[in-house]
Amino acid sequence: MNMMSEAAVEKALDKKMNDMSYKMIGNDVSVYYGEKRALFDVNLNVRENTVTALIGPSGCGKSTFLRTLNRMNDTIEGCRVTGKITLDNDDIYDKEIDVVELRARVGMVFQKPNPFPKSIYENIAYGPRIHGLAKNKADMDQIVEASLQRAGLWTEVKDRLHEGGTGLSGGQQQRLCIARAVAVSPEVILMDEPCSALDPIATAKVEELIHELRANYTIVIVTHSMQQAARVSQRTAMFHLGQLVEENDTDKMFTNPDDQRTQDYIMGRFG
Amino acid sequence: MTDVVSSPAGVLDKPARRDIGIKRRYRAERRFRAYGVAALSFGLLFLALLLWSVVSKGYTAFQQTMITVPVEFSEQVIDKDNERATDPQKLMTANYPIIARNAVAKALGVAETDTSGLRAVNQMISNSVRSQLRDMVVANPQIIGTTQTVSLLAAGDIDSAWKGQIDLNVTEQNRKVSDQQVGWMNKLAEAGALAKHFNGGILFNGASSRPEAAGVGVALIGSFYMMLIVLVLSLPIGVAASIYLEEFAPKNKFTDLIEVNINNLAAVPSIVYGLLGLAVFVNFMGMPRSASLVGGLVLTLMTLPTIIIATRAALKAVPPSIRAAALGLGASKMQTIFHHVLPLAMPGILTGTIIGLAHALGETAPLLLIGMVAFVANYPTTPMDPSTALPVQIYMWANEAERAFVERTSGAIIILLLFLIVMNVGAILLRRRFERRW
Repeated sequence: MNMMSEAAVEKALDKKMNDMSYKMIGNDVSVYYGEKRALFDVNLNVRENTVTALIGPSGCGKSTFLRTLNRMNDTIEGCRVTGKITLDNDDIYDKEIDVVELRARVGMVFQKPNPFPKSIYENIAYGPRIHGLAKNKADMDQIVEASLQRAGLWTEVKDRLHEGGTGLSGGQQQRLCIARAVAVSPEVILMDEPCSALDPIATAKVEELIHELRANYTIVIVTHSMQQAARVSQRTAMFHLGQLVEENDTDKMFTNPDDQRTQDYIMGRFG
Repeated sequence: MTDVVSSPAGVLDKPARRDIGIKRRYRAERRFRAYGVAALSFGLLFLALLLWSVVSKGYTAFQQTMITVPVEFSEQVIDKDNERATDPQKLMTANYPIIARNAVAKALGVAETDTSGLRAVNQMISNSVRSQLRDMVVANPQIIGTTQTVSLLAAGDIDSAWKGQIDLNVTEQNRKVSDQQVGWMNKLAEAGALAKHFNGGILFNGASSRPEAAGVGVALIGSFYMMLIVLVLSLPIGVAASIYLEEFAPKNKFTDLIEVNINNLAAVPSIVYGLLGLAVFVNFMGMPRSASLVGGLVLTLMTLPTIIIATRAALKAVPPSIRAAALGLGASKMQTIFHHVLPLAMPGILTGTIIGLAHALGETAPLLLIGMVAFVANYPTTPMDPSTALPVQIYMWANEAERAFVERTSGAIIILLLFLIVMNVGAILLRRRFERRW
């Protein structure tokens, strides 16, 4: 990969994306919180090595959909999911699939940076440790370093790996959380408004990071900022009132959307 | 609006300020603060009064009047027929108080023929000298026939009189010490034979009907066993129950019912737990009465709701984002709880536990019902043996008639308060130690 120019890499990735190799397929996905229905028969596919942005006004169901992809909704009392979601053709709601294994394959980064109140090293090492990914200390050191490198945090924290992760700045904390997700070598990374608690400079760094991560991971990102969706994603899905309005190439979405509601939302007429 | 005229050009005029009650609001705030300060001062005043009354009454309990005289271990009295080699009972049953009486009488110059004088001398020495001298002789029979300097316990009334707790202006017939004895006390004191010493006995001795020989030793051991049992049982059971209820149990009517019941159990009068312990542990399961094992079990039942409520509150206070982070990494629910949630909840759990233990340490009513209000003179070796507890000992001493028990009651209260203070300081230190920011 290093031999190729950046543009060539992009091109290769785009080609792969357009080959229609779907990493995750959502088929008639509906979510109920008790009696209330939050998602209505969503059909949305996530392409491999692609950043898919989910946009839409507050309460439209985009976060709910994101959380169905690694079954984080299981932790909410009274939440029920119908329909079918597959990861590499495995139904993730099948009884055969273990939720722990699923979450090791589909990682997640949350809205608010939430490092564990432990050292930076321990934050990264926790995931690999519980999944038994490192055989010895040297292995673990390597995983920690590689993960921090990937998250672009290594040079900033390499001298204070054993200091508290909560002592970092907000943006660094969020990149630490991304490094933590990367450390367990997931295939898909879900990001739930990862920049909403960050300032513009930290946001720019995280966005750049997302862009780089695309080469190795499939990324689904929920965002409130349409500029951010336009900057980081290749595919964009627009949700409204629990329904998927439109899913399209990001370029097309922001210039010539198929649906009037998308047009109105992007133009700022509602939401 | 007279300003309009006075100001030049009128441009500097400000519009009349609206009355939005600023002054009233600040007044309300000041009033509220004053209430707070008043309430706090009132509380502190009573705390100071309580401590002052207990300490001023009780500190003398840690001193004991002793009469230090040369005691002749006369062979004539102890073993006049020289049978001690063949009859081991001889040394146990010898008339030791006579030796002590004679020693003090000699120091005072009371003639051996003065029987009423000798009786008065005898009243000055505690009856516990019998066991004191016997223990010396049994441990070392060589001292028979020699003269040793021994500090003899003064009788409780002499102790009280010497500490100034008996009003000597009362007519002689109506008080416990005679003028003759007061004179002897002063004479002995001048000779340096009668003085106050540190009273270790109050910490180490068992129960005694003689105040000068009574101590909280048995009660301390009983309380220690009970605290151990309460800690070992209620911490794991309470924490496990809370984790299940808070993290695993489905939220339905049944768990709601359990929650309401646990909250109610925390408010059940403790004597009801005593009745329960009597019925279940003593009568039904046949455990011994007065045993610290039963006391510990009863106090465990009483402490569990406190620990469960504190633990659940501590678990609830852990931010959900930490759980989400661990679950999102693929940690199982169990791993999430034990690796992340529990360590963060630890300060709250430990504080709750120690507060619960402190509460149990001061509990009296349930122990009365299971028979721990008993006269126990010997140290219990296991939790199955009869013993008492600190608060029960205080309760028993408070019921005694002798003047010397008044100060000992306060002394025992001081000991109990010291233990409670140590436990509460421990709770604060543990909290500081484990507290982490996130």
